[in-house]
Amino acid sequence: MKKLLIVTTALAGVSAAAQAAELNVVSWGGSYTVSQVEAYHKPFTAMTGVKINSIDADNPATPLKAQAEAGNVTIDLADVELSDAIKMCDEGLLEPIDPAMLPAAPDGTPATEDFVPGAIQDCAVASIVWATVIAYDKTKVGDVMPTTVADFFDTAKYPGKRGMLKAAKRTMELALYADGVAPDQIYEVLGTDEGVKRALAKLDTIKKDIVWWEAGAQPPQLLADGEVVMTNGYNGRFFAAEVAEGKPFGTVWDGSYMDYDLWVIPKGAPNMEDAKKFLAFSTDTQRLADQAKWISYGPARKSSNALVGLYQDGKTEMAPYMPTSPENMKAPIWTDPTFWADHDTELNEKFNAWLAG
Amino acid sequence: MTDATADLSHAPLTTADGRPLKAALAESLAVRRRRAFLLVAPLFLFILISFIVPIGQMLLKSVYNDGFSAHVPALSAWFDANPPGSAIDETAYAALHADLVEMKRNKTAGVAGTRVNYDVAGTRSLFTAAARGAEKMEPPYKEAFLKLDKKWGDPNVWRAMRSAASPFTMDFYLAANDLKRDAEGAIVPVPEGQAVYKKLMLRTLTLSLEITAICLLIGFPIAHLLATLPMRKAMLLMIFVLLPFWTSLLVRTTAWMVLLQQQGVLNDLLVWIGVIDDKGRIQMIYNQMGTIIAMTHILLPFTILPLYSVMKTIPPSYVRAARSLGATSWTAFRRVYLPQTLPGVGAGGLLVFILAMGYYITPALVGGADGQMISNLIAFHMQKSLNWSLAAALAAQLLIVVLIFFWIYDRIVGIDKMKLG
Repeated sequence: MKKLLIVTTALAGVSAAAQAAELNVVSWGGSYTVSQVEAYHKPFTAMTGVKINSIDADNPATPLKAQAEAGNVTIDLADVELSDAIKMCDEGLLEPIDPAMLPAAPDGTPATEDFVPGAIQDCAVASIVWATVIAYDKTKVGDVMPTTVADFFDTAKYPGKRGMLKAAKRTMELALYADGVAPDQIYEVLGTDEGVKRALAKLDTIKKDIVWWEAGAQPPQLLADGEVVMTNGYNGRFFAAEVAEGKPFGTVWDGSYMDYDLWVIPKGAPNMEDAKKFLAFSTDTQRLADQAKWISYGPARKSSNALVGLYQDGKTEMAPYMPTSPENMKAPIWTDPTFWADHDTELNEKFNAWLAG
Repeated sequence: MTDATADLSHAPLTTADGRPLKAALAESLAVRRRRAFLLVAPLFLFILISFIVPIGQMLLKSVYNDGFSAHVPALSAWFDANPPGSAIDETAYAALHADLVEMKRNKTAGVAGTRVNYDVAGTRSLFTAAARGAEKMEPPYKEAFLKLDKKWGDPNVWRAMRSAASPFTMDFYLAANDLKRDAEGAIVPVPEGQAVYKKLMLRTLTLSLEITAICLLIGFPIAHLLATLPMRKAMLLMIFVLLPFWTSLLVRTTAWMVLLQQQGVLNDLLVWIGVIDDKGRIQMIYNQMGTIIAMTHILLPFTILPLYSVMKTIPPSYVRAARSLGATSWTAFRRVYLPQTLPGVGAGGLLVFILAMGYYITPALVGGADGQMISNLIAFHMQKSLNWSLAAALAAQLLIVVLIFFWIYDRIVGIDKMKLG
């Protein structure tokens, strides 16, 4: 069965596999991929001569899992969320990573101590800490700017459409938080039937006003088009729209959802050695700090923080835009990868049923 | 003459070189058949490799999933030796332990857990966590497992493991019909908040029928106009009909987004001429209406072209004759013209209906929440949840529904009457 699948799908992969000194790197697209190309890809190619093909996906874990399932892996390196990294590692789809291969900090601190807790996994190494936050259009919300998740759910106070991610993950947490559940209890509540009902009931209050999005590039677009007055989305994307494109956007840091983005190397990656070299290179102190020049995601190494200064325009201070800045970390909801590995199927089913109902 | 025929029936006919004619004929026919087959072979192989085999594999996946069974040899043996209903004793837990140790070594606990998790939600981490600590586990295993997580004593988990220990299963068809098995193995409906597939299948049917009806209603007059206008004008009109055909599907769909969204062209126009005020902009997209409008537009050529080709062949003299014999224009249309267009109506309608049933890009982009169709969920399970078995079961069911409609059509109209052009 699997062999037949291999035969029928292998044809497409032949050309990609035949190439040498090339890396297929899958990431999330948009301004995030731009930051990686500038901070990692270009210097790596300049140093080693290895050409990097940057491929975009709504969620890079999806093509990776599909390729592994079909037995035809063409991806060398993928940028995935924490829950997907752990899940795929459990399923034996990823190459284990030895922390010893990661370079130490400039002052000699070993990588295992330099990275923030949880950033080095069995098969993955984090590059950034990012947040899903709520952004609004300053010109459309009246005189008093929204500051809380409650404002997002209050369509009487702030009339207009809301943009939301079309998936159970992040949406359900946000609803429970808006309903008054403390961030550290969200997953406990969400694990029960009542908790799921409570989250969906909260979402029901604004269901008719929601415009659903799927790709990370959509929320700033919806906001800029005036289709929505508020939307959740990835903080770096809003930063790019606000600072680089001068859009009148503001950010609500209340109830921000924190996650890592991690590099993973699939088992059977065509260019394993180069992929490992790239992984070590791109997660060194300088490279992680460089990336923060391009997008407002927090570096996963403590030693990088000191090197983060101004945005590449040379005048915008990055700190107010970083999800890891103390003033922005008021009530962060940290993702629980084990919870999602367990309840992904069930909650998405319930979410889909609610969505269709 | 009679002698000759009598003679022929006795002595076999031969060719000039003395071979029996029958054999020579058969041989030359066989050569010709081989040649014909060689001509068809590339297409045949292409269809076989790129179409029939993958689809067959996909359909097989709906009843075959070895995610769990391939990694639990000891447990499978225990299930074989102990019929359903036997007590889950120490030997069962020992078998489970042996398999988990192996899973830890091969990093397959996640795969096995995922399969059982399809059946009983929240069990995936049961396997990954147990596999992580399996090597250190000491007998008696039953206590050890229950201490780790009391879910290991849940009869429903064991029922699900027994069911998943065989790669062949109907579970995914149950799931595709909003059904599941309870702890005793009886088939029961899933809780209300989780039922989605039947509702979506029904919605897909209704939406497809609506879109087909609208396409026919709009397409019929256009096709008639095309068939009766003078050549030069008809050509111009034909280009307008075909233009969307030459445009990418995505471009057409996004064009509708630009036109219909709340800050879009149409709403701006309505506000500008004062039909609605700025607060009352109409929601025309990201809902069912968006799906219907965009899909009708995209599928319209598929009704117009078969209708046109049929109408072109209807001599105008028939209607003129009916009129001259005293029929009103309505009667002439209803009793003379319309029946002759039926093969085109059938072909166009069926084509649009079948295409609409399987559409997914357009509803995904403009359908919002209530304009989604069953194919969107198939895509969701193919691309996001990666539950390919469930996707295959849903797809197989969709295929069956389409075939049923095809059969009904054949019974009522007759497939031989269909005319595509």
